[in-house]
Amino acid sequence: MIFDYTVVWDSLPMYFSGMLITLKLLAISLFFGLLAALPLGLMRVSKNRWINMPAWLFTYVIRGTPMLVQLFLIYYGLAQFAVVRESFLWPLLSSATFCACLAFAVNTSAYTAEIIAGSLKATPAGEIEAARAMGMSKAMLYRRILLPSALRRALPQYSNEVIMMLQTTSLASIVTLLDITGAARSVNAQYYLPFEAFITAGVFYLCLTFILVRLFKLAEHRWLGYLAPRKA
Amino acid sequence: MLKGYGAVILEGAWLTLQLALSSMALAIVLGLIGVALRLSPVRQLAVLGDLYSTVIRGIPDLVLILLIFYGGQSVLNAVAPMVGYDDYIELSPLAAGIGTLGFIFGAYLSETFRGAFMAIPKGQSEAGMAYGMSRFNVFFRILVPQMIRLAIPGFTNNWLVLTKATALISVVGLQDMMFKAKQAADATREPFTFFLAVAAMYLVITSVSLLILRFIEKRYSVGVRAADL
Repeated sequence: MIFDYTVVWDSLPMYFSGMLITLKLLAISLFFGLLAALPLGLMRVSKNRWINMPAWLFTYVIRGTPMLVQLFLIYYGLAQFAVVRESFLWPLLSSATFCACLAFAVNTSAYTAEIIAGSLKATPAGEIEAARAMGMSKAMLYRRILLPSALRRALPQYSNEVIMMLQTTSLASIVTLLDITGAARSVNAQYYLPFEAFITAGVFYLCLTFILVRLFKLAEHRWLGYLAPRKA
Repeated sequence: MLKGYGAVILEGAWLTLQLALSSMALAIVLGLIGVALRLSPVRQLAVLGDLYSTVIRGIPDLVLILLIFYGGQSVLNAVAPMVGYDDYIELSPLAAGIGTLGFIFGAYLSETFRGAFMAIPKGQSEAGMAYGMSRFNVFFRILVPQMIRLAIPGFTNNWLVLTKATALISVVGLQDMMFKAKQAADATREPFTFFLAVAAMYLVITSVSLLILRFIEKRYSVGVRAADL
């Protein structure tokens, strides 16, 4: 078995354009996922059953089913209904890119909501009591005390979620998108060289993973420095 | 409601369950080997173990599945003639799926096991040694039983992720419940119905596993004193 470098070299442009698609999918789904996760996370810490339950059900169902099923439900499934096919949203819902982003965003919002809720619950009781003693209203307590500290403490776990999402975006290749995995699949189909095709894709993902890990380390240093163990 | 496809999908669900359980068995073995390598005093072995867990966890499952399925196929067919076997070999998707998922989740489990082993106080194994136990006995009689309790939360998580990852094996042609649902969806043009049914089946599997593993965790934690805050 000889590793065919020329094929890899010739298809590098495809991998790089695939990387752009992967990063685009990742950025869009993380942005909207985080946007949805904040209210969901706040709902999950509510003591009111009617607020907490719907958010709990949502995260339970999303976290209990495979991403592939969720993607298929949105991409293939919604077309079953004439109402959807005739609605003004159809041009969007028939696009693979839109469906992939939607499915990924929904998925990550559930996981992120649980991370945020866990972080909020882990806030030291003293901080909350102190804020109350200062006469802060509930809104102000959340805005000034709970959220800033909980979101910071959620960073390490969130970095795991982001890396999981990077890997999840590879599913986009199943609904015909040419992301890194999609590029690898088409190289494999064209030359029938599975090792060259998929190992190259693996190297791209590894590099992206290391860059993300590094970025999050920097972010933790910046925003979580006060929790780091003291250097001797 | 499922237009006669209910039985077919249940059949697929059974295959999904078989795939998940067998790959988990393989993953536990590989995870234990991986953690033994990573905690070994021999530097080269430790590096090898770290490499296994880092590289595998940094690459998407789907890419590894495609690599091992297509790549494994071409390696098999390149090697087989050398040992005097000339027919074209078609890799069975189930075997390939078990091998791939076992290999991937072995890496995740080695990480879970490593954390659990390191959380056991050193005095435990030293006490075993002081009683004259062999290293083998110390490992299996003292460390492993305590490790299991500490590893259960991480293990539960790994198991749930693995169960959901089995859906990806349908991409390389395993006729699991995802594959059957896709067929039924194409035949009846009711994709939503069938994928929803499959989602419900996965939810049942994950919920039941959660209940069982919670019960096991309780059993293994019987001797642990929990402090009320």
